[in-house]
Amino acid sequence: MAQVAAASPSEERRHRGVARRVAATRAATIVLVLAALWGLWEGYKWLWETTGWTWPFVVDDTTMPHLHDIVGAFGDPATAGGPALIHPLLDAAWFTAKEALAGFLLGAAIGFALAVVLAHSRLLERGLLPYIVASQTVPILAIAPMVVVGLGSKGVEGWKSVAILAAYLTFFPVAINTLRGLKSVDARALELMHSYAASRWHVLWRLRVPASLPYIFVALRISATASVIGAIIGETPASIQEGLGGAIVNFNQYYSLQPTFLWATNVICAALGISFFALVAITERLVLRRAPENIA
Amino acid sequence: MTAAPSRVVEIRGLTKSFRTGVTALQEIDLEIEAREFVSLIGPSGCGKSTLLRIIGDLIPATSGTVLVNGKAAHQARLDHDYGIVFQDSVLYDWRTVARNVSLPLEMLRWNRAKRQARVKEMLELVELTGFESNRPWQLSGGMQQRVSIARALSFDPALLLMDEPFGALDEMTRERLNMELLQIWAKAGSTVVFVTHSIPEAVFLSTRVVVMSARPGRIAEVIEVDLPQPRTATTREEPRFFELVTSVREALAAGRGDAARPAAAEDLY
Repeated sequence: MAQVAAASPSEERRHRGVARRVAATRAATIVLVLAALWGLWEGYKWLWETTGWTWPFVVDDTTMPHLHDIVGAFGDPATAGGPALIHPLLDAAWFTAKEALAGFLLGAAIGFALAVVLAHSRLLERGLLPYIVASQTVPILAIAPMVVVGLGSKGVEGWKSVAILAAYLTFFPVAINTLRGLKSVDARALELMHSYAASRWHVLWRLRVPASLPYIFVALRISATASVIGAIIGETPASIQEGLGGAIVNFNQYYSLQPTFLWATNVICAALGISFFALVAITERLVLRRAPENIA
Repeated sequence: MTAAPSRVVEIRGLTKSFRTGVTALQEIDLEIEAREFVSLIGPSGCGKSTLLRIIGDLIPATSGTVLVNGKAAHQARLDHDYGIVFQDSVLYDWRTVARNVSLPLEMLRWNRAKRQARVKEMLELVELTGFESNRPWQLSGGMQQRVSIARALSFDPALLLMDEPFGALDEMTRERLNMELLQIWAKAGSTVVFVTHSIPEAVFLSTRVVVMSARPGRIAEVIEVDLPQPRTATTREEPRFFELVTSVREALAAGRGDAARPAAAEDLY
């Protein structure tokens, strides 16, 4: 009956062996997928160039630079006699990451607070939810200038305005998913809290929030990448030059001369989004140590 | 519990009808004295779980009075006068076994040292010492239900409400937990209201068995169980045990209005 005996040393060693094999498999998968993507890109390029096919678009070193050229561009000087491209790009990534992180945290906090309020009042949920949904149908490009100019006239720094734009994209998934999580609590568990004459506060923090953590983390994963996108897009209408959005606009203008620079910038953007996602995933793993079948 | 009234539960003229028009309970009168172990048994839909929930103020009565410890059920709930155990253990899987047991104590604002001492004591009571830092899902169904009992008793409630607590367990686990529950009941000195589908379980555990009939739910008969205490494994083999099982079965059949087929109650065994 006591099948929960502590793991013996040999079992532990076996576990560690299994874990190592899992990690190795995962690393091999990543390498394989990258190799396959490289093969696809270069294969496509080679086939279209040798056959001269022009559909759906002409393939040459401008439209599809060699991948090794894109990687090599990181080492090329960004401006004549200037530092290698990787340096300004990393600076820009850092700048955008700051905006995205601030936006992510702000948006997550607002989304969570909204969900808590809506979960406790059906009236507010019915009244406000349609507008919250509607808010996401307004393109961020349309509100960005208003936010940046409006806040700028109050002396708010540009990057803070962009952070607010990122928050605008972030809060929505968090609010919707958290609301769903808070409301999906097991009826028996609620009765149990009721039997203890638990206050709403206790029910919220001891039952509803922990029970909805899996929902919240799904939302945070979505929001993590959305906040990076929001920051990059928000920089453009705000005419902020220091971030990745500024870099994209800049290298877009020189695309016919230096296509690899724009591609290299895209690689950095993707890497930033992936690191945000990974950060949330790691946090989730640390926080949610529960039944294996409950880990999303 | 100083100067506790000896009557723990007092129900007068209790009726419960649902908005659908169904009368779940009609004119229930029931008194339960301190340290009694009372089982509610009856066919599905007889309202035995509803009655338990009304005693616990989890749902309101339509009319009639329910007093727990001489107070309205609502006040008794606010005063933490009862602990409840459901069919599933309802353990929080993000908490360890120890922190599940201490959950009600946190609501009562006990300090950490006091909580830890009580958790240790309760896990000894249900014989789960050593499992403090396990997660609920690492335990078997029977062990989970013992954690749930420890949690319900942790704050020393006068009344323990149990809603088919062993219904989801296999027969062997159920019989072992029956024995353990009686030992816990003897040690903790609480009063128990126990809802069950099982006639032998009701007879084995109880000092009184309340037999209910369905549509509308009423008390058909109350049977005193005069088996000697403490009950042991051999209690189930005594002739008196079988006589009492037979009387409960007959009372159930009479409640259904078909005394001719006493053993045919489809959801009872």
